[in-house]
Amino acid sequence: MTAPAAVSETKKSTWIWKASRLLASAPASALFGLVIIALYLLAVIFGPLVAPYGEAEVVSKIPFSPWSREFLLGTDQLGRDTFSRLLFGARNTLGISLVTVCLSFGVGGVLGMFAAIRGGWADKLLLSLTDALMAIPPLIFALIVLSIAGSSIPSLIVAIAAVDITRIFRLTRSLSVNVLATDFVEVARLRGEGLSWIMSREVLPNVLPLLVAEFGLRFCFVFLSISALAFLGLGIQPPTADWGSMVRDSAVLISYADFTPLIPAAAIGLLTVAVNLVVDWILHVTSGLREAD
Amino acid sequence: MSKFSDIIGGTLGATIANRFLLGIYTLFIVSILIFSAIAFLPGDYAKAALGHSATPETVAALQKELGLDRPAPERYLRWIGHAAQGDFGSSFSAGGTQRRLVIDIILPRLKNTLLLAGVTALLAVPLALVLGVLTALARNSFLDRLLNAATLTAISFPEFFVAYVLMLLLAVKFPLFSSMASMSADMPIVEKLARIALPVLTLTLVILAHMMRMTRAAIISLLNSSYVECARLKGLPEWRIVVGHVLPNAWAPIANVVAFNLAYLVVGVVVVEVVFVYPGIGQTMVDAIRLRDVPVIQACTLIFAVTFVVLNLLADLIAIATNPRLVHPK
Repeated sequence: MTAPAAVSETKKSTWIWKASRLLASAPASALFGLVIIALYLLAVIFGPLVAPYGEAEVVSKIPFSPWSREFLLGTDQLGRDTFSRLLFGARNTLGISLVTVCLSFGVGGVLGMFAAIRGGWADKLLLSLTDALMAIPPLIFALIVLSIAGSSIPSLIVAIAAVDITRIFRLTRSLSVNVLATDFVEVARLRGEGLSWIMSREVLPNVLPLLVAEFGLRFCFVFLSISALAFLGLGIQPPTADWGSMVRDSAVLISYADFTPLIPAAAIGLLTVAVNLVVDWILHVTSGLREAD
Repeated sequence: MSKFSDIIGGTLGATIANRFLLGIYTLFIVSILIFSAIAFLPGDYAKAALGHSATPETVAALQKELGLDRPAPERYLRWIGHAAQGDFGSSFSAGGTQRRLVIDIILPRLKNTLLLAGVTALLAVPLALVLGVLTALARNSFLDRLLNAATLTAISFPEFFVAYVLMLLLAVKFPLFSSMASMSADMPIVEKLARIALPVLTLTLVILAHMMRMTRAAIISLLNSSYVECARLKGLPEWRIVVGHVLPNAWAPIANVVAFNLAYLVVGVVVVEVVFVYPGIGQTMVDAIRLRDVPVIQACTLIFAVTFVVLNLLADLIAIATNPRLVHPK
């Protein structure tokens, strides 16, 4: 009776041991990236608790009041506390980016595996469709969708996910085609397994490691796109705090040699750098694919 | 002529024709997408066009004038036919009585954007090639690591961050350039160039990184070839191996990434133009989206998409021309 528990216990401990060994062997750059990502996650989870003021709370009568003990990073053009909005912005910007990437990986990944397994006209149709969509500049495509649907959070998510799905579809499809050429898939097919079995039990586990790395890169892309759209005033709408629109709203301060507007922009860039560093390491560990780069 | 070259010529022609057809097909899909923007727009096109002066009679009259009572395929053909001749209809924004033609709004701004993109390309492409070759020569040196870190940063940070940092440093702290790139048509070219210095610098930094990294990677990936080994055994200096033997074989991937980045300029200009309040087509498009000025949005997107597709097509053709192996499709 105790045997299975013992096995799972050793399995668990070897897993932890492996993970800690992997972490110990990680280069300094990857550790730096992991620490930064952890800090951002803390800001997302506990930010609203730590924030001294509310997200849209007007706390100062003077717009653009300078840095002080009361307002750590000063206030914005309406007299809202910049530091609090920075913390709330983490949750909004990162949350929306994460939802978008998950949506596009869900749809793009399933479609990619489906096209690879099914083949035939469904594959050809999806391929030619993504060919055309990929030929449109991503930001411009998002702008078209937003001009049709208006700027709201759902349409923002759909606009960027639609761009992203094509890329993920392409990647998953080409990875899956390689897996489908192996004998174990042939065996599963001969056994008479259905499409969903082959997809989830045979193909998915084999394409997952590279998809995880790609998830990081796509997240960066989505995160930057959402920030760019917000900066253009076409993304997340006020009074919701968002790093891109925070830069836009306080940009006039630059002319007075005040670098406060750069803080949210730097927050965007720092996270992207961190994710890139971790992804580089994951790719290095799993395949050495990016060796030449 | 021998049969062999006939076959080569045949497949080459077929490959190029194939790429052209793909380009045209793409433009077709894009144009349908842009066209249907009208159909999906909440409310009525004619009502929106007339704004406050919309009465049932004027709406009906305009609908007839614009041919909105005709079926969609017919309207599409008419729209795309006019667009091909540079006629994008008239803008919504000026109100009912005096409508401005879209082309009059867009053309001067398109010229401004092309100036910005052109100057950036002239600066960034040669610089990227030189730096790419240099970092490939000095692999893993301090210079290489420094440039690598700098490019990772430039890729990771949003364009508006780069733009504002440059503005803060070069226009506010050390007032070398003007921070606003407002222009008028009758400005002398020298003054225009001085005005666009900061936007050009920003765009250069943004596209330089990618091109440089790819040039470096393309060269390094070829350094293991046997002809490089042979050149080394002959005693050629490293720079002559890279410039004389490796670079000619790396043109295809380099041309590809250069074209990709020039196409990226098309997108990059939107954000950078907004930062520097530059009267270009990107700024026009953002304003048009905010005002829901559909004809202007359509014209801008069509111009962007055509540029993007044409540049990508050009990259493919250069890749084919410099690498005969691509003539035979996989």
